[in-house]
Amino acid sequence: MEFWGYKRKEGRAGIRNHVLILPTCACGSESCRVVASQVRGAVNIVFNTGCSDVAANTAMSQKVLTGFACNPNVYGVVIIGLGCETVPHMELRKKIQAMTSKPVVSFGIQDEGGTLKTIEKAVRAARDMAAEAAMQQKELCDISELLLGIECGGSDATSGIASNPAVGELSDLLVDMGASTMMSESIEWIGGEHVLAKRAATPEIHNQIIQVCKDYEEHLKAAGQDCRAGQPTPGNKAGGLSTLDEKSLGCIRKGGTRPIVEVLAQGERPTKTGAVVMDTAGYDISSITSMVAGGCNAIIFTTGRGTPTGNAIVPVLKVTANARTYQKMEDNMDVDLSAIVAGTKSYKEMGAELVDVIGDVCNGKLTKAEAFGFSDVAVDHVCRFV
Amino acid sequence: MEVNALLMDPADNVVTCVTEVSAGTAVVYRKGEEMLTLTALEDIPYCHKIALVDIPEGGEVIKYGESLGKTSEAIPAGHWVSHNNLFSVPRDYDSEMLPL
Repeated sequence: MEFWGYKRKEGRAGIRNHVLILPTCACGSESCRVVASQVRGAVNIVFNTGCSDVAANTAMSQKVLTGFACNPNVYGVVIIGLGCETVPHMELRKKIQAMTSKPVVSFGIQDEGGTLKTIEKAVRAARDMAAEAAMQQKELCDISELLLGIECGGSDATSGIASNPAVGELSDLLVDMGASTMMSESIEWIGGEHVLAKRAATPEIHNQIIQVCKDYEEHLKAAGQDCRAGQPTPGNKAGGLSTLDEKSLGCIRKGGTRPIVEVLAQGERPTKTGAVVMDTAGYDISSITSMVAGGCNAIIFTTGRGTPTGNAIVPVLKVTANARTYQKMEDNMDVDLSAIVAGTKSYKEMGAELVDVIGDVCNGKLTKAEAFGFSDVAVDHVCRFV
Repeated sequence: MEVNALLMDPADNVVTCVTEVSAGTAVVYRKGEEMLTLTALEDIPYCHKIALVDIPEGGEVIKYGESLGKTSEAIPAGHWVSHNNLFSVPRDYDSEMLPL
């Protein structure tokens, strides 16, 4: 299987060719929004962090910012910083330039003399970059260039019964064709981690999967918190998911059945091809943020109750097997998988149908969240702000 | 009769209703080639679980062939299984580790 994508000098091909307007920290976010609104082909990130933080959180936000810049769907980057943040724009730019040969420019609001002067320069830079990006021709790329992130959110009982198994089948088919897939949300492995670990390619990976869950619980315990208090969410419970274990046993099915070849930390780029997993929060927006930073060029998202979320860099494709949700929220849902619940199609049949749907998205078809221009970001924290 | 509930694994002691089921009506599900029924003894909301057998207090609820947790009260067959009578129990991670 092949798709028409944008080849990059390093790493996988892009399925989009965005100019990314990237803030160094929260203080640059609003200027980035204005710049992106002025330039066709540009997308912006709203960042709520990046300063006044402990070292571990700064490391996390840097991983996300550099990961976003290096994502294959990004043609080039315009950075807007403030000037007094923990990692100023010039430093962030150098870090990104050490990781990629893409065009990267940066501006500081304090140096430029305020918002309007910065915006003017950044708009000119973004406009020039967008003009160049528009000249890049799509080329035929092998499906091995695809790294599909697999996410779920607003789950109900139909997720574990139907949409997650169908996406698991999609994952198996893609992996068999040579593509890579990434499942995350490690808190939603808890209760099913022993089942997930059976897919590990090696005993070491088996134990890493168990360890991730153990560490997650202990991390929350150290802060006096219990993972079972926030999970399942009230919406999950109303949707028939009674315990974290039930949610997890349904959630892990979306990753399919192929051997897990790598366990990644948040925002980390895979070094292996095939099915990989990433240790992220179950909070869908945060999990997608980390997977996009890890280089996913497309995301498939299963939901039961329906959700609008989208990412500026990577198309997010929504699928649901809840017929009522599809009807009520068709504005946000891309694919109706309710035939599985109705018993008229098997999850394997619908998983196979999703291969073509993903192919269309790779070839440029806009998902609904993408057409709306949605740009949700949530950077996970390891410790409180300071 | 039309199927209105799904059994995920032959070992399960609950099924998930894929329509609303009113008290006194039949829950119909497939187990392999067999069609089985039981009568709901209370209203079961869309997407929620119903007990197939009597589950004692502290008993395990099984779905996907795996434990979802333990019951906080006895749940007789035909009754609603939800977050109100089922709770998650902590994992014993160390016992799950493989010798390397």
